[in-house]
Amino acid sequence: MSALQTHDDNPAQWQQNDVAGTMHVRSGKPVLDTSHKAILYLENISVSFDGFKAINDLNLYIDAGELRCIIGPNGAGKTTMMDIITGKTRPDTGQAWFGQQMNLLDMSEAEIAQAGIGRKFQKPTVFEQHSVFENLELAMAGDKGVWASLFATLNAVQRERIEEILGVIGLQAHSQQWAGALSHGQKQWLEIGMLLMQEPKLLLVDEPVAGMTHQEMDRTAELLISLAGQHSVVVVEHDMDFVRSIANKVTVLHQGSVLAEGTMDQVQNDERVKAVYLGE
Amino acid sequence: MFIQNILKNDTGGKTFLLLLLAVAVIVPVFNLLLPADHPLHFSTYTVTLLGKYLTYALLAIAVDLVWGYLGILSLGHGAFFALGGYAMGIYLMRQIGDRGVYGNPELPDFMVFLNWESLPWFWLGFDHFWFAMLMVMLIPGLLAFIFGWLAFRSRVTGVYLSIITQALTYALMLAFYRNEMGFGGNNGLTDFKDILGFSLQDGGTRIGLFLVSALALAAGYLACRAIVNSRLGRVSVAIRDAENRVRFIGYRVDHVKLWVFTFSAILAGIAGALYVPQVGIINPNEFSPLNSIEIVIWVAIGGRATLYGAVMGALLVNYAKSYFTAALPEVWLFALGALFVLVTIFLAKGLAGVFQRFGQNKA
Repeated sequence: MSALQTHDDNPAQWQQNDVAGTMHVRSGKPVLDTSHKAILYLENISVSFDGFKAINDLNLYIDAGELRCIIGPNGAGKTTMMDIITGKTRPDTGQAWFGQQMNLLDMSEAEIAQAGIGRKFQKPTVFEQHSVFENLELAMAGDKGVWASLFATLNAVQRERIEEILGVIGLQAHSQQWAGALSHGQKQWLEIGMLLMQEPKLLLVDEPVAGMTHQEMDRTAELLISLAGQHSVVVVEHDMDFVRSIANKVTVLHQGSVLAEGTMDQVQNDERVKAVYLGE
Repeated sequence: MFIQNILKNDTGGKTFLLLLLAVAVIVPVFNLLLPADHPLHFSTYTVTLLGKYLTYALLAIAVDLVWGYLGILSLGHGAFFALGGYAMGIYLMRQIGDRGVYGNPELPDFMVFLNWESLPWFWLGFDHFWFAMLMVMLIPGLLAFIFGWLAFRSRVTGVYLSIITQALTYALMLAFYRNEMGFGGNNGLTDFKDILGFSLQDGGTRIGLFLVSALALAAGYLACRAIVNSRLGRVSVAIRDAENRVRFIGYRVDHVKLWVFTFSAILAGIAGALYVPQVGIINPNEFSPLNSIEIVIWVAIGGRATLYGAVMGALLVNYAKSYFTAALPEVWLFALGALFVLVTIFLAKGLAGVFQRFGQNKA
């Protein structure tokens, strides 16, 4: 898969949007409009890699303030879906909107991040050569242009904000520690903290408890539950116990489209879900 | 003070700048005041040689900024150095006037020899020192900007980017070898007479160039250190370590790379411009891919992502080169190779790593 292809502006998409008479981020700054309850709209999305349909006519709606879990067997298209939402991969067909006004297919990764979608990778990715404090500083919402970064200084409010997030993720004692020296679970939290520094409206969290101990898992569950409400949170996870402990609504992906949606009990009793995934 | 602020927590940098200051005082004083037969006397040849090393050190800092802190392994920085050198060389050619072999007041010797009627348009303006100095920065900067814009926007990274930078400098070398390019073909530009009215043969001018080189090195060091200390510097290191993460927290990675790369190319251009009047010639060999690889070796030996390490590496390797190529010319390349292998195996962080360990033990 060539990385070069996926982020080229697709002229067909531009045209499509112009016909629809929508506003893109490049002209003026649209605000996040969630007046119709949903914060994220994915409609009829399909994408294939060398003939393999990773996402096949996917429709998914996430409400503002919701905590949603997405499960599905390997290859169901969970990570590809996140790639599409965050601008890393462009779909072949379909629409992706953030609120009513922002067309995600028109925005670069940086623009999407600035607009308020934060993403935690499957493998914890923090800046290992920087201190925990610096990791949070870099992620902080604000002007991220070259000149602004060159002359940036931290004011008291910003310092307080970083201290506050350090408290939320329980890493106050490690503030000046080199992030590379953190444990696996601590890195996961630091990455979630970096998401929070961005003050996102929507958090995409890919396998947050992979490799965590039970204690760490419980703390992560608490953290994610506390975030829902002010933020919309989408969690992709394999660990069923963990999903059961946090989710009120679960979406099951299979072969690139939605197989079932509902409460954990509903989807677990769904015959099709049992057949393809739970294998019970 | 401003400079103190930049050098906070930079013991290596402070040491280096103090040493540089000492050298900048001692060398001219010993050259001018001590009699030629005194054992501590620095000959004008030595002054010029040291001046040349200082320009190499500035070039090494430029490479360390993009390689050590941003993770872009440029194997083509010699091209920016050479372009800065050519811009200076053209100015120096224009200063020759009618003192050339052919005595033509309008055209440099090689153009008379090629039967050219008039000065090509791209030589115009270089009679003025300020214009030439502007071009010293503008031409390498512009090339780096266009190259970087194309490469970073398409997300060419890692070894692919290194190969393209190597191809860039190679292509320029081939182009500059051609007489039709109008830069003197494989002979390059030479036979310079004076700069700003001062004769280049004069010992005083040599000392002046040496001091300007020391000043440029100090200023370049402080500018790079200031960038590295800023949030932009932290973003650069973050790009080096986890490029995707940086993109997904909302930075335009391509803009950061483009800005730092262009700045680095301008520094390399300035180094080249100071190099040319001290060595007295600029020719297409300066574009040779081997030169660019050698710069990377200086930085690797000195220690990446320290800045002062790059200076140490450049000085050490070039001193060794001067020594070996005079004493045992056939051994030099083996010695360089051995040095590189030994440093890579035993001193992963280069000489700067040794320095840091020493500093820690003392503290």
